[in-house]
Amino acid sequence: MNEAPFVIIGAGPAGLSAAEILLKSGAHVVLIDRSDRLGGQLTKQTHMFFGSEKQHASKRGIDILKLMVDALSGYDNLTVHKETTVVGMYKDKTLACLKGETYFKVHAQAIIVATGASEKALPFENNDLPGVYAAGAVQTLMNVYGVKPGNKVLMVGSGNIGLIVSYQLMQAGIEVVKLVEAADSISGYLVHASKIRRYGVPIEMNKSVKRAIGKTAVEAVELWELDEHWQGIPGTEEMIECDTICLAVGLAPLTELMQQIGVEITFIGELGGNVPRINPRFETSVPGVYACGDVAGIEEASSAMIAGKIAATHALLNAGIEVDKAESSLASWRQELQGLRNGPHGEKVRKGLEKLGVLS
Amino acid sequence: MIEKTGVAPSALVKKEFPEKIVLKKPKAVIECYKDIPCNPCETSCPFDAIKVPDDINHRPVIDFEKCTGCGICVYNCPGLAINVFQLKDDKVLMKIPYEFSPLPKIGKQVNVMNRAGEKVTEGVITKVQNTKKHNKTALIHIEIPSAFLYDAITIEVKPHEA
Ligand SMILES: Cc1cc2nc3c(=O)[nH]c(=O)nc-3n(C[C@H](O)[C@H](O)[C@H](O)COP(=O)(O)OP(=O)(O)OC[C@H]3O[C@@H](n4cnc5c(N)ncnc54)[C@H](O)[C@@H]3O)c2cc1C
Ligand code: SF4
Ligand code: SF4
Repeated sequence: MNEAPFVIIGAGPAGLSAAEILLKSGAHVVLIDRSDRLGGQLTKQTHMFFGSEKQHASKRGIDILKLMVDALSGYDNLTVHKETTVVGMYKDKTLACLKGETYFKVHAQAIIVATGASEKALPFENNDLPGVYAAGAVQTLMNVYGVKPGNKVLMVGSGNIGLIVSYQLMQAGIEVVKLVEAADSISGYLVHASKIRRYGVPIEMNKSVKRAIGKTAVEAVELWELDEHWQGIPGTEEMIECDTICLAVGLAPLTELMQQIGVEITFIGELGGNVPRINPRFETSVPGVYACGDVAGIEEASSAMIAGKIAATHALLNAGIEVDKAESSLASWRQELQGLRNGPHGEKVRKGLEKLGVLS
Repeated sequence: MIEKTGVAPSALVKKEFPEKIVLKKPKAVIECYKDIPCNPCETSCPFDAIKVPDDINHRPVIDFEKCTGCGICVYNCPGLAINVFQLKDDKVLMKIPYEFSPLPKIGKQVNVMNRAGEKVTEGVITKVQNTKKHNKTALIHIEIPSAFLYDAITIEVKPHEA
């Protein structure tokens, strides 16, 4: 029997749910996260989650996180490395980790990559001025560290992140002067849009940032209307006073580590960009290396939790470890996952998975 | 239009309301206009009044006969898309979800806003429920003039004051 541990990179909802499955089987698990707290994106979600009860809908992200972390307590087959970044991955499944100034190596029998995604930037004049933030960074400042990013915010992007972060800014007593979107309709859930609209935030389509204005920090922003090719239309410029420009223009999977060991990566716009080519077992083109959650395609915490369970179960089965009721659990998780993706908002993901050839 | 602004036009809003005679008793009105994978409204209702039929992506459907207007779904809906309305004499009694601090005080006169965030009238806070089970989404009771039944949706929150 292979005594090396199962290593999970990333302790967001995907990594945490994978950990629980692995631990239950008695396998030795090493969970690594570069942050000082477990939970990934959940650490800053103070709002109630949508979704179904099975994935803790209606609870707040931070409370879901607590449940998931509590589920890992009491296992002596778990080793957690916080504030530890996996900086290198080798073909023999050895990982190079950096904790503070110290390097160490872990050899794994199987690796579950659950590194999530990074926020996309937006090119415009002066986008490096202090006061231009990604939405996730704003959320971390506010909800994790209790720091106000500014007093008057322009939000860019009408996906759920832009809508929800706008709402959270208002809850922190910060004015959201406007939310603009380049496309011609709101891309997030209408319920989230209506929620900020009724508190007075104008939501405007076909608009984006032309440039940020300010000497040492953002003092104002110049917006302009976009044509159907998303090109700015001269003469439509509009100046708005604000001290913060918050960008919620999408996420890109963090696949760099997998590229180091030659995992096949393919570009699928619907899934957020470069994603690993996984099979229905969430295994990449390198046997024993699995990818689940946002790193395998931008979706939701609810789907990441289910994906983590499926990936972990297959990792165990492939390693020859018996899993209680594996078949029936896998079938019901697949059904839940499919259920979540069924609606119009799941269309993009469905299309992406179809291109990947793994639409179940 | 709602896809571009987030504001439901009044024709759409009115379709979600029961007839006025039904509103002699408090009833939940659900404004969840698009299919999303979500169902806490259904699972939280102790009276089995809300169904998300067949597929979690479908829109919820309410049975006004079963609904008691208790307000439980109001603070369990992550979209804050449900409010309770009741017509009483020349007033509307509303129960709305509220997640800003400080919470308004009972007896306070407040500005009442429409779905576009504009002030439409004034109202009085009659009750504030915020126990552990509300889990930080308070249930605020407001009394407003009945003429604004289809316009009123929330109370004003001023930035920097919160
Ligand atoms: C504002 C906002 C609102 C949202 N609302 C909802 C909602 O209501 N419902 C819902 O279902 N979903 C929601 N989501 C989406 C959800 O948060 C994400 O889809 C989910 O967190 C993805 O989980 P994950 O485990 O794949 O990745 P993440 O949560 O991103 O976790 C990845 C982890 O990997 C770690 N990591 C990355 N690289 C390394 C490395 N090299 N070494 C070590 N550690 C590493 C990171 O530190 C992080 O902790 C929301 C997201 C945002 C931003
Ligand atoms: S108000 Fe109460 S009875 Fe009516 S639908 Fe909501 S939870 Fe059910
Ligand atoms: S809980 Fe709210 S947002 Fe979710 S489906 Fe029901 S009404 Fe819509």
